[in-house]
Amino acid sequence: MPIEVIVKTLFILLVVVGALAPVITWIERKQSAVMQDRIGANRADIAGITVLGLLHPLADVFKLLSKEDVVPTGANRVLHALAPIIAAIPALIAFAVIPYGGVYSFGDWNLSLVAADPDWGLLYIFAIGSIATYGSVLAGWASNNNWSLLGGLRVSAQMISYEVTLGLSVVGVFMVFGTLKLTDMAIAQDTTLRLFGFLEVLFGLPVPAWLSWLRLPAWGVFYQPLGFLMFLTAIMAENKRPPFDMPEGESEIIAGYHLEYSGMRFGLFYMSEFIEIVVIAGLVATIFLGGWAVPFVSQETIISTISGAFNRDFATALCMIVHFATFMLKVIVMIWLQMALRWTLPRFRYDQVMDLCWKILLPLSIVNIFITGAVLLLTRGAA
Amino acid sequence: MSAPVILFYVFAVLAILSALGMVLNIRNTVASAMSLVVTMISLAGIYLLLGAYFIAVVQIMVYAGAIVVLFLFVVMLLNLRTDRFAPGRQWLVKAGALLLTIVVLSELLRLFSGALPLPPAEPVGFGGYRQVGIALFTDYVLLVEMSSLLLLAAIVGALILAKRRID
Repeated sequence: MPIEVIVKTLFILLVVVGALAPVITWIERKQSAVMQDRIGANRADIAGITVLGLLHPLADVFKLLSKEDVVPTGANRVLHALAPIIAAIPALIAFAVIPYGGVYSFGDWNLSLVAADPDWGLLYIFAIGSIATYGSVLAGWASNNNWSLLGGLRVSAQMISYEVTLGLSVVGVFMVFGTLKLTDMAIAQDTTLRLFGFLEVLFGLPVPAWLSWLRLPAWGVFYQPLGFLMFLTAIMAENKRPPFDMPEGESEIIAGYHLEYSGMRFGLFYMSEFIEIVVIAGLVATIFLGGWAVPFVSQETIISTISGAFNRDFATALCMIVHFATFMLKVIVMIWLQMALRWTLPRFRYDQVMDLCWKILLPLSIVNIFITGAVLLLTRGAA
Repeated sequence: MSAPVILFYVFAVLAILSALGMVLNIRNTVASAMSLVVTMISLAGIYLLLGAYFIAVVQIMVYAGAIVVLFLFVVMLLNLRTDRFAPGRQWLVKAGALLLTIVVLSELLRLFSGALPLPPAEPVGFGGYRQVGIALFTDYVLLVEMSSLLLLAAIVGALILAKRRID
């Protein structure tokens, strides 16, 4: 149904991405202020009302819109103008395949809370992510500024390096869940697994019944703890924020690829970085933290419990809201984690960024694939 | 016309125009490379319409997302603003273009004379990552291993060349 798709797309753009991205700029300011023992943004006001500094994103927009749009002499005007748009589009469309809820059936109408649900959902994200490089690379090249050019060079090297690790670090998750479809991945995590079950499956040791009560949610992070850490590192490096901010490197190359941008064009680079934070949070939540699934309480349990008191459609709708809230909670926790890391870790040196990728993360991710494959072969047999 | 047919024409026209843009942008290497990206993405769109989902995504990930970025990396590293082929090599380019034109024209002649049989119906799951993976690791496993050896040799060769410069 085209109308359903349009509504879902608008919902993602306006509610999930459009509302969260400005709030993140506020969270970033406030969190850095708390961590550095400052008060933080609290001055922007409308008739004396400041609402904890929440009006700052609005003030930002007005400021950026009213600034002069400077194009440096000798710049390639077309590419200079296009680059921020090319940077923003991949960030905006990546969320299309991330499910923010499960599948709910009202009578014979099945509502699935995801804008697009292809079989190759995760590959779509990787494809979009690899296109996202161009915005910054072109910005660096088109500005006719040596610092920008250096920034553009660093973007292309860093993004290509980390894309390899990014792909390899989640192969273990594909193998465990046996799918690339993000909705199926989230559904597979809507259950529990025994904490000591691996003793029985791997070593044939019988697990006593009282230990079987100890259960974990069947989340990707418990199947693939190493994969989770590597994926988070690689995808944060892809987002080019500190501690991986080599392409911008304020202390080395001033502002790198967006040095020659002003006004809303600069704002677009900034915005796409913040939207990418939301996309990363949604992706990590879906692959590793169970997506919309409420830990220990499966969708069927929720619906059948509530439908005892109300009718089933109402219970399903209520379950849908609970799942959406759970998903948003996980997304916000992941956003907070990224912010905390950004303001905690010192910056890497450029060679350290490359060493981390090629000498540590890449070998580890390949080892992770082999171990996962061996364990799956032992436990499930060669199917 | 149905939506897939319209989309096919959109992608086909985009692919041809951007391919022309790539060839005709002799003075601006970066614009030429970006036209190549648009060509790759349009081709990926056509693959999608054909149901070859995996190939489409790999087309974007590998060609548009990685290889052309490396082209740009080299262009920026050498800071080429007005790139020209060395004058002595022009005949090589012309000879290559002539050969390619002959091949394409003969293929088009074959196509329009109706000599090509209709393709068989797509099997279930055609073009998905499962089918591609199964085909690669059963029927074509020898070829996959051979090409991976070739790539490994290229990597080792590149490393040795780079290391000699550093030492």
